[in-house]
Amino acid sequence: MSGELIRLAELSMAYDGETVLDNINLNIKDREFLTLLGPSGCGKTTTLRIIGGFEAPTAGDVYFDGVRINNLPPYKRRVNTVFQKYALFPHLNVYENVAFGLRISKVREAEIARRVGESLELVGLAGYDRRRVHQLSGGQQQRVAIARAVVNRPQVLLLDEPLGALDLKLRKEMQTELKAIQQQVGITFVYVTHDQEEALTMSDTVVVMNKGIIMQVGTPMDIYNEPINAFVADFIGESNIITGVMHSDYHVEFASAQWECVDTGFDPHQNVDVVIRPEDIRLTNPENAPISGVVKSVTFKGVHYESKIEQGDIEWTVHSTAAPVPGTRVGISLTPEDLHIMDKPEEFRNPAAASRESDVLAEEEGTEGGVW
Amino acid sequence: MVSRRLKWLAAPYILWMGVFVVSPLVIVTFFAFTARDGGFGLDNFLQLRAFAPVFARSFYLAFLATAVCLLLGYPFAYALSRESARVQGAALLLVMLPMWMNFLLRTYAWMNILENNGLINRFLGNFGIGPLQLINTQGAVVLGMVYNYLPFMILPVFTVIQKIHASLIEAAQDLGGNARVVFARVVFPLSLPGVLSGITMVFVPSASTFIISKLLGGGKVLLLGDLIEMQFLGNAYNLHLGSAISIVMMLLVVLCMTVMNRFGDRGDVIYV
Repeated sequence: MSGELIRLAELSMAYDGETVLDNINLNIKDREFLTLLGPSGCGKTTTLRIIGGFEAPTAGDVYFDGVRINNLPPYKRRVNTVFQKYALFPHLNVYENVAFGLRISKVREAEIARRVGESLELVGLAGYDRRRVHQLSGGQQQRVAIARAVVNRPQVLLLDEPLGALDLKLRKEMQTELKAIQQQVGITFVYVTHDQEEALTMSDTVVVMNKGIIMQVGTPMDIYNEPINAFVADFIGESNIITGVMHSDYHVEFASAQWECVDTGFDPHQNVDVVIRPEDIRLTNPENAPISGVVKSVTFKGVHYESKIEQGDIEWTVHSTAAPVPGTRVGISLTPEDLHIMDKPEEFRNPAAASRESDVLAEEEGTEGGVW
Repeated sequence: MVSRRLKWLAAPYILWMGVFVVSPLVIVTFFAFTARDGGFGLDNFLQLRAFAPVFARSFYLAFLATAVCLLLGYPFAYALSRESARVQGAALLLVMLPMWMNFLLRTYAWMNILENNGLINRFLGNFGIGPLQLINTQGAVVLGMVYNYLPFMILPVFTVIQKIHASLIEAAQDLGGNARVVFARVVFPLSLPGVLSGITMVFVPSASTFIISKLLGGGKVLLLGDLIEMQFLGNAYNLHLGSAISIVMMLLVVLCMTVMNRFGDRGDVIYV
């Protein structure tokens, strides 16, 4: 991981007046595994397509190695893409699919054979050269798509939810393999997913996006342990998000109790979100805890039990290794480090969401009085 | 999987096929191998040698018409596939509109346009040009074929090209292909099934037409269809010879199609 390879500067994108990306600034370092993470419609795929050259941004610039490439067509970029639905050529066999890019750049036949062989071996498909694409399973097609991209030795590989169509077990296997491939070929991966676990497992850097805005950029551990707002906290793993009042530094009130915390710098008596990870909560004897609730349900999740604890209006989600007894009253115990205090999400509002509905209406009216 | 018990639903069509497809073929074959006096033999087929020029002309003109349809229709279908749904709907309507007008009427209209004192020649006459011999030529017959059968080329080609997923084109661009490469290596190979059905749907009716050659060829451009018609309805009246011509024509068409489908499969075969 050395210098900056791709820089997105004040990038905005709008379709028919609907903002999809809003002033995106992002540096992508050479040889890093960077993941764009967010719910559907957050703009992550659009960002990827702009880097790939399939869309031109409405405003802002894309720099590659310091050179502005806004208007460079995809076939001139030193970037290759692994598409969401693989997009393998159905009229070509595995070998010819992988050789496609090399043939275009007029590589000699012997060299093509060598490199295609290497790439197929890299993805564990040695010997599949003559298979037809439709004879392959989803996982194998995925591997061909990766081989077809890396064989061209791009500087950057863009991956658009490449594991989305695979079953859970295969997806976990491929996560490990993708990371290994990235380290082996030593190139930059820009990976798009809505699966937070995938993002945390593979990435060097995670970029959390929502509604066309970058919410937070950081290492997986930063993002998980120090989420910048309630959206990030909730999106990265489960969270209890409880409204509270920050009376003064180190002093917050929520869930009908006063708590000591480690956060500072809020306005006096400011309304805040208090985010608490389910695994940080300790269930105790109700007499020894500041607050308590009634166990509504207990679900076995494999590694831990997930319990729902009702305390007035609040329903707590708690992960614990021991199962509480449903119907009993338990105490909820928290240390100051377990509390993450955040601004209320109103400050992350996006004007795009509000205008969406009226745009759709206008479009429908537009079709009347047409040719038909 | 359709349940076995529903199989009998296919019975009406099987009956239809037996009565109206298989039995006529048997009858035609029977006629082709018999003479007027009832004797079996190959006499009818031996006579066909005399009609070799008609066979050649029919297939040549059908080939020309198919080629012109492909050259006109493919680029149009390709361009149309990249337009918005609204433009596509309007354009396809215009493509199909003439098909809803009576076939004879359309061809009569072309007679009016091409005649010695027709629309074109009268227009040219204003400038002291002509009259040009437009009607009763091979060119007029090919024009009639192209005009009548062009939609049968455009529609299947358009349908197939439109189904090519945009991500395949993006993948080809991503792998370094410029517009020409993307077309040659992805779009065209993937559109071949449409091209083949278009060729079939233009070539077969063109090879067997008799109305177009009769009206626009004026008896000067004799095609197989005219020849067959003469054996069944005209002065020549020879059902046995007419049947033999039909059988040979059918076999030649089947042969052409088989060769072409082989050619179309090349994409599958070449790399295996």
